[in-house]
Amino acid sequence: MCLALPCRIVELLPAEQARIDVAGVGKEISLALVEDVAVGDYVIVHVGYALTRLDPEEAEKTLALFAELGQAALETSPNGHDMLRYPRS
Amino acid sequence: MRFIDEFRDGKLATGLAAAIRQAARDDRDYHFMEFCGGHTHAIARYGVTDLLPPSVRLIHGPGCPVCVLPVGRIDMAIRLAREAGVSLCSYGDPLRVPASGGLSLLKAKAALNGKSGGGEIRMLYSGADALALAQQHPERQVVFFAIGFETTTPPTAVLIKQAQALGLRNFSVLCCHVLTPSAIASILESPEVRRWGTLPLDGFIGPAHVSTIIGTRPYEFFADEYRKPVVIAGFEPLDVMQAILMLIKQVNAGRALVENQFSRAVTRAGNRKAQQLVSEVFELRRSFAWRGLGELPYSALRIRREFAEFDAERRFGVDYQAVEDHPACECGAVLRGVKRPQECRIFGSVCTPENPIGSCMVSSEGACAAHYSFGRFADLAVAS
Ligand code: SF4
Repeated sequence: MCLALPCRIVELLPAEQARIDVAGVGKEISLALVEDVAVGDYVIVHVGYALTRLDPEEAEKTLALFAELGQAALETSPNGHDMLRYPRS
Repeated sequence: MRFIDEFRDGKLATGLAAAIRQAARDDRDYHFMEFCGGHTHAIARYGVTDLLPPSVRLIHGPGCPVCVLPVGRIDMAIRLAREAGVSLCSYGDPLRVPASGGLSLLKAKAALNGKSGGGEIRMLYSGADALALAQQHPERQVVFFAIGFETTTPPTAVLIKQAQALGLRNFSVLCCHVLTPSAIASILESPEVRRWGTLPLDGFIGPAHVSTIIGTRPYEFFADEYRKPVVIAGFEPLDVMQAILMLIKQVNAGRALVENQFSRAVTRAGNRKAQQLVSEVFELRRSFAWRGLGELPYSALRIRREFAEFDAERRFGVDYQAVEDHPACECGAVLRGVKRPQECRIFGSVCTPENPIGSCMVSSEGACAAHYSFGRFADLAVAS
């Protein structure tokens, strides 16, 4: 039950509420725990509350780092592709 | 979905797996505890262990709020519905946790609902639904069974403040919120780790969503005091893999720092607005019983006196009574990382997700349920 999802704010509503988009489905959540959220922002939503804003730039940096770390390792280890069973589901 | 799918990319996983294999030294083992059930679930579901060299071992920790809830707390919720006649509202996950007398919230629900005049048990996704129920039905006493770590605590604080602002007289909270740092401290202080060395532990994968609220700072103590590195990691498989790589590098370099892998949403200070709300409404309990870990000092929250009328324990005078776990159940050892689910005698035979005996089999984030659903067949494949 600790799973929380990054969701995009599509509309700000009265009383610190907002509408989000979850895989095409609209849903209402509370913004009572966050500040200065705007339409188009991504927030991490848990039990109907936005816990924090998600920073898209940092997300890109993390992805770039994954690629960089992996690239460097694969270039130096010829058998980098063995024992792979990913993804399983 | 954006910010999810990219973090499950198989090609990137191949690269990270290679980087981990390269970083892991041949002459030593690495034992990392993933504290949080969310990580346990992701690791099992995406087969992260299959991508790791044999020298890297992951140990499941106690970070599943349903799993650490002692039987006596579920009994309190059931008593509120059955004896005090309230509308008891709970998140879905605790419903199937076995309670005393062969009951669970779900079984008690079936027995109660439909009977007129008595209490009832309802399942909801958000505590806000409980508040709405109280507003719609002033004639009913509504109690929200609030469980969880630091991620679910701020929403409960918001509810209590809202109930106060609305002047509601029929809404209260059975507060079972617990604190992540206390549970980590209890593991590090446990005899298995400190004295007997039966639980080798080289570092922690820390929970990202908890840290969106509390920040990374509360973990600095563990890094300093116990010389264990902590990497706060997101819940997608690539996040977990990068965290493992970061931990291996720290261990190799003899460092013990708090690092933040989930920089896209976690800061050192955390969410101050949420922290402020939590400290306004809650205070530390002197002691709280955890399943598997026992009574831990200052490890949970209770509602402050200023909000006493919204505290179901005070309003209805229910108190906690300790109850023994099922004699065969190894949940305690599993939660402390001392045993693996498959080492429990009744794992997968008597105890299954359809018929859970212990709490670790209930939530999909529980170590036993995760291993049953995703890992059991991997074991069989290796054995045959
Ligand atoms: S298999 Fe069931 S009884 Fe055994 S430790 Fe896991 S949850 Fe507890």
